[in-house]
Amino acid sequence: MMKDMQKPERSKSIFRFAAPQMFYPLAGRLAPWFAGVAAILTAVGLWLGFFVAPTDAVQGEVYRVIYIHVAAAWMSMFIYMVMAFWSFVGLVMNTRLSFIMSQALAPTGAMFCFVALWTGALWGKPTWGAYWVWDARLTSQLLLLFLYLGFMALTRAIEDPRRADKAGAIIALVGAVNVPIIYFSVKWWNTLHQGASVSLNKAPSMATTMLTGMLVMAFAAWAYTIAVTLWRVRSLILERERHTEWVAAELNALEGKI
Amino acid sequence: MSRALGPFAAVLGRDLLLAWRGRADVLVTLAFFVVVVCLFPFGVGAEPNQLRAIAPGVLWVAALLSTLLSLHRLFAQDHADGTLEQLLLTPEPTVLWVVAKICAHWIATGLPLVIVAPGLALLFDVEQGALGVLVLSLALGTPILALLGAVGAALTLGLRGGGMLLALLVLPLFVPVLIFGAGAVDAYLSGSGAQAHLLLLGGGLLGSLALAPLACAAALRIAVE
Repeated sequence: MMKDMQKPERSKSIFRFAAPQMFYPLAGRLAPWFAGVAAILTAVGLWLGFFVAPTDAVQGEVYRVIYIHVAAAWMSMFIYMVMAFWSFVGLVMNTRLSFIMSQALAPTGAMFCFVALWTGALWGKPTWGAYWVWDARLTSQLLLLFLYLGFMALTRAIEDPRRADKAGAIIALVGAVNVPIIYFSVKWWNTLHQGASVSLNKAPSMATTMLTGMLVMAFAAWAYTIAVTLWRVRSLILERERHTEWVAAELNALEGKI
Repeated sequence: MSRALGPFAAVLGRDLLLAWRGRADVLVTLAFFVVVVCLFPFGVGAEPNQLRAIAPGVLWVAALLSTLLSLHRLFAQDHADGTLEQLLLTPEPTVLWVVAKICAHWIATGLPLVIVAPGLALLFDVEQGALGVLVLSLALGTPILALLGAVGAALTLGLRGGGMLLALLVLPLFVPVLIFGAGAVDAYLSGSGAQAHLLLLGGGLLGSLALAPLACAAALRIAVE
């Protein structure tokens, strides 16, 4: 996604890729590269995390879940921001591709959200003694998952794609405005109810290899998201443009190959 | 000033009249609120200390659910008979009459909850001094629910299974209101004072009054397009 945000500065003609017909082959060329980068980074990150990084002095081996957990949690929040960004661009510029982009991002964001919650629960049981505590971060992550599900349910429920695009964009923006409010309200609510009995902030100072492993995994999550989103954009474009000549030609060419 | 107030008052008056003529619907919302609140003691047991502890949360969750229950009616009738399209075609600013409709909706469905709530709180043996805080928190909080909910109602207008979808869309957004609303009463009871919570609710009301009608108007235009 970063790629698309930065490119317009380099050359003006790059805007031609805002047309789904132009973006479709570009996405097809770029996606395998990002998928490859994601695979390599994941392998390196997991190797660093599971074999190279030292055992944590306090938590033992169980802390190693952070190599998946932290990357997923970061990514889930970041994807929502990118989704809101594309929704905003779509509403202002009325570009179809922007809406397609935000809808292609949502399932991956929800998936990372779920992974972060799931690995968090598995991590919480041995360290806190409970799968779930109503900690501010956990609760706001859960609400973020609900926001993703709401967005996806709304865009799927509306049959007219133009209405679905715009309605989805509005709920994504409303959600983006509310995310900080939800986060801080949950944080204050939590401090009112129970003291800081469980805190994620008390992490011991990290060894360099631990940090490197986490960052590599974070970049792997980025590359994965870009690859998967581009592929999903491609299928959404084909679905939306199925009545056009270029899609017919594209599909014929595909059939010829098979 | 009067030019802006004219259409506002006209839509407000019309919607209130419609609500009055269909008061059975409004009473159903109120009855739902009362019944839901009364169910909790059966579920958690009638131990007075426990009831006192859960009272603010129960009343607030019930208020939230009954608001949700009535939300789909906000635009559905006007959408079905074409009034909504006519309103959108008028030269009057959409935001203006959207606010009027939300106001009328709150007066018809939110205000009765605020009035009934202290009576129900007595069933939970809530301290008398806290009743004022409860009423104030509901009076500040339920309009926020109506404003946020109106955006969801406009987005899901005319969709199959719109009611369930509406719940999924707006309930996560209601969480801060629930926290500060129920928290205000808890804070009063614990002796730390409810001022901070009530000020936050008031700020939330002003913020949502400024932003939600814009989103709602845009959503209505999309729905009718």
